[in-house]
Amino acid sequence: MSESDVRSLKLGETVYIFGPVITGRDEMHIRALEYAREGKEVPPDLEGAALFHCGPIMRDNGNGGWSVVAAGPTTSARMNKLEPEMIRRFCIRAVIGKGGMSKETAQAMKETGCVYLAATGGAAVSLAEGLGICKGAEWEDLGMPEAMWRFETDRFGPLIVAIDSQGNSLYEKVSSSLVRVF
Amino acid sequence: MKRLPEPPEDVVVNLLRLANTRIPDDIGWALEAAAGWETGEIARIQLGAVLENIKKAEHLGVPMCQDTGIPVFYVRGKFDSSIVSAIAAGVEKATRIIPLRPNTVDPITRENYGSNLGPGMPVIHFVPGDVPYTEITVLPKGAGSENMTRLAMLNPADGVEGIKKFVQGAVLDAGGRPCPPSVVGVGIGGTSDRCAAMAKEALLIPLDCDNPDPVLGKMEEELFSALNSSGLGPMGLGGSSTVLGVRIKKEACHTASLPVAVNIGCWATRRASARIWDDGVEYSQGAVF
Ligand code: SF4
Repeated sequence: MSESDVRSLKLGETVYIFGPVITGRDEMHIRALEYAREGKEVPPDLEGAALFHCGPIMRDNGNGGWSVVAAGPTTSARMNKLEPEMIRRFCIRAVIGKGGMSKETAQAMKETGCVYLAATGGAAVSLAEGLGICKGAEWEDLGMPEAMWRFETDRFGPLIVAIDSQGNSLYEKVSSSLVRVF
Repeated sequence: MKRLPEPPEDVVVNLLRLANTRIPDDIGWALEAAAGWETGEIARIQLGAVLENIKKAEHLGVPMCQDTGIPVFYVRGKFDSSIVSAIAAGVEKATRIIPLRPNTVDPITRENYGSNLGPGMPVIHFVPGDVPYTEITVLPKGAGSENMTRLAMLNPADGVEGIKKFVQGAVLDAGGRPCPPSVVGVGIGGTSDRCAAMAKEALLIPLDCDNPDPVLGKMEEELFSALNSSGLGPMGLGGSSTVLGVRIKKEACHTASLPVAVNIGCWATRRASARIWDDGVEYSQGAVF
């Protein structure tokens, strides 16, 4: 995914990803930033990644390989403190998750050219299908949900452009016009 | 239909498989109804993806959501203390063979127990009863919705208006995080701990039955229509299906208190029950509390 690809995406648009996607949650973010700050090597997949906030259920194939059973998005807001630095350091091009992210994260997206794509929360079986082939994991010691899993996706979605590369957020649009009856 | 007797440990594995791979009928119907009345394109895409996912999970026999949660158990009727180790063994086995995601960690070191067990796990609530069977119900509770739980010790003077306002705030402030359209469980009264437990128990009440208390029933209806006209919509991306239902339970409380708790169940509000009789086991997904 190039910067210009990402910059061309419009708020509210539906997209599918064909290509590499990595997973990462709280612990993966903490480690990636810790290593990068200390000048330690990090997996090259991080550079320009499509980063999926997800802790999948993986099945050990018994031949050293893994296949994905269920993989829906986790709540992205938990990564709000870490994501702006992740986006700036590794030029993350797409963050995929559920529930949206903070203004600070949207600002980092605007600066470097990144979008937030909303995956349907809980649609773990359909999304696992789209993730396709697992290319292994990094940092497996973090445990199954927290490890960084690598996938070569084939029509991964549907995903909604919920924060565009100008920092506009669909979640903000919705929450600023909520009707409170009581 | 009664199946032949099975060891309690295997009943627990079957319960976890049933709950995680098949949506209860009432929740499935409510999701289909929501898909029928939604008009927004993004909202329709979300509900379509949810319904398709439910079908695939049942067909493939795999968990409908990767967050298979913390399994919360309710044991009622006739039982002795051996049920505790049987449930633990069932959870460990189910985690390996279904598989479930190993979710339990030490709260400080964050080290994963790998088995969904650990101190205090699994969570089991006991209600003894004079019946000739043991009933085990499981409610797998994911963190996305559980993290949105709210408890308030309101002033008695806040009354019904205060309760409705608090519930509305809890659901709308949660936004898309608990994967709406959600089921809203509300506990009113009790002590603070009972109130929180009641809010979760309310998620066990099917959506297609009336509240036996007409006052609570009216509150459920008012909250249902208020929340669905809020505009939050599926996954918080906008729309007219924010909740599938509201279920309220109440118990007596202190004269100076008005405890209210909200426990949100995501669209994947999963449950399964088994009645273990001497001559067989009966499974269902329509728990009533
Ligand atoms: S809130 Fe429910 S549907 Fe959403 S990810 Fe968690 S368990 Fe799954």
